[in-house]
Amino acid sequence: MKFCVCIKQVPDVQASVQTGRTVLNAYDASAVEEALVLNDGTGDPVDLVLVGQSTATETIRKALAMGASDATHLVLEDAQGADSHGIAEVLADHFAGHAYDVILTGKQSQDSDSGLAGGMLAERLGLPYATNAVGLAIEGDKLLVTRQGDAGQEIIALSTPCLVTCSNDMNNPRIPALKGIMAAKRKQIATVPVASPSARTAVSQTFDPPAREPGIKLEGEPEEMVADLMQRLSSEAGVI
Amino acid sequence: MSSILVFCSVQDGRIKRSSLEAMSRARDVAAASGSSLQAVVLGSSASGLAGEAMKYGAGTVFTVSDPILDAHLNAPVIAALKSVIDHAQPRLVVAASTEAVKDVLGALAVRCDAAVLPDVASFDVSGSTVSCERPVMAAKKLAATSTDHSLVFVSVRSGSYEATEAPVSGTEEAITFSFDADTLGLTLREVVQTAGDTVDLSEANVVVAAGRGVRDEEGRALVQELADITGAAIGASRAVVETGLFPATAQIGQTGKVVSPDLYFAVGISGAIQHVAGMVNSRIIVAINKDADAPIFDVATYGLVGDCFKILPLLNAELKRAMA
Repeated sequence: MKFCVCIKQVPDVQASVQTGRTVLNAYDASAVEEALVLNDGTGDPVDLVLVGQSTATETIRKALAMGASDATHLVLEDAQGADSHGIAEVLADHFAGHAYDVILTGKQSQDSDSGLAGGMLAERLGLPYATNAVGLAIEGDKLLVTRQGDAGQEIIALSTPCLVTCSNDMNNPRIPALKGIMAAKRKQIATVPVASPSARTAVSQTFDPPAREPGIKLEGEPEEMVADLMQRLSSEAGVI
Repeated sequence: MSSILVFCSVQDGRIKRSSLEAMSRARDVAAASGSSLQAVVLGSSASGLAGEAMKYGAGTVFTVSDPILDAHLNAPVIAALKSVIDHAQPRLVVAASTEAVKDVLGALAVRCDAAVLPDVASFDVSGSTVSCERPVMAAKKLAATSTDHSLVFVSVRSGSYEATEAPVSGTEEAITFSFDADTLGLTLREVVQTAGDTVDLSEANVVVAAGRGVRDEEGRALVQELADITGAAIGASRAVVETGLFPATAQIGQTGKVVSPDLYFAVGISGAIQHVAGMVNSRIIVAINKDADAPIFDVATYGLVGDCFKILPLLNAELKRAMA
């Protein structure tokens, strides 16, 4: 099947100190990995599309190095003010001219954690979709999606074309090998400048969340710690 | 008069507690902004649950009882909510941020031409502005976000507000709804229930969560015993879910479930930021970890530095005695 994965460059939120280092959104990396595994040996393409600043090229190269076929960079220099609505709008314009059997996205991005763009894009394109996928399989002309629901896993058959948003619990994305990195360097990336889409929501400020009150650390023999804890749980915390 | 419409998620024939929390907040916001409070319940049990929504202050409860809405499929839910929103014409739609809600929120917003404030820790309405604070950057930061759009959807993280009753004598309004199942591009094959989901994790008062330090069946048995004694739901970190020792439905964190119980036991959990994001609002956090420098101790109310295989048997025995 013809796949296209929507990817995003995000700050490295896992790092303990923010240095400005950027990475491929972890959920998107799982989506790329899954598409590559499903299409392995078929000769069908796994294309990429990214909306973001021109400096995001390095993230596109990283995903190409994993083995993706072709990439389009929708260059949006002022990406800061864009919200999920705007990103979905830009992506929908792109897909109006590019047909795929399956569009994959990460289920959310690590920076804004909104989790909206996938569903918004599917609705704009009129595609059936599923979110929070932890497994994908091809069955004839259908895509079988295992998704993590509230009370269990749900297995859904989507007719194609369709869209799926992917969890990072799906797989462990491959680390590109040197051969892939060299091949990715030579690939042409189609760059298309796009106008800033209108936003419906605005972030006025970001700040540190209120810290929890410092707790009590108990050390020593297990018997003493347990006795101390039991005492505190009943007298201080009032939970037993 | 403008209205606030609360979408009540139903599970096992009940309105989820997280929906009642969202409704309790929506009721306060409605009172302060001079709006009426309405609710919508979907599925074959909807009519029977209208009274429950009224107990929490909903003056009008819209019900859509088509059994296709029980099928864990997004397309019919989006169509039903669109019908109700078109009919009720609310200013604001509020829902609990469950997986089922996350599944429909984006598409529904496009279909209804709404702005969305997703997965918020708090929200408010002031004049024509709807504002919220929501965790971003794996919950390392809070972002103050707002919109003046004419229709706004807000989804609220579980545990952000307390569920409080405020009964009114409301009216139920059944909305007729027809959905052409033939046009459905998706069909549900099966729902795989995970064994051991006896207590709903996101609604539990006590959670016992296991991390990589709970490395084998023996450790799992100790965690299970602690959960049985305290009537807790069992959670897990991503690291231990990957080992296969605990099911994926148990995963707590930014990518899993968000919990805020009265009492949270973190057993053998190092406390990676992604995990902490899903449990930091718990009232009392007890952490047991061998590594005195583990980041979980930064958020623990009570931290026990030691081997969970030595501590849990003692703790279980003491708790059993205390609970008896």
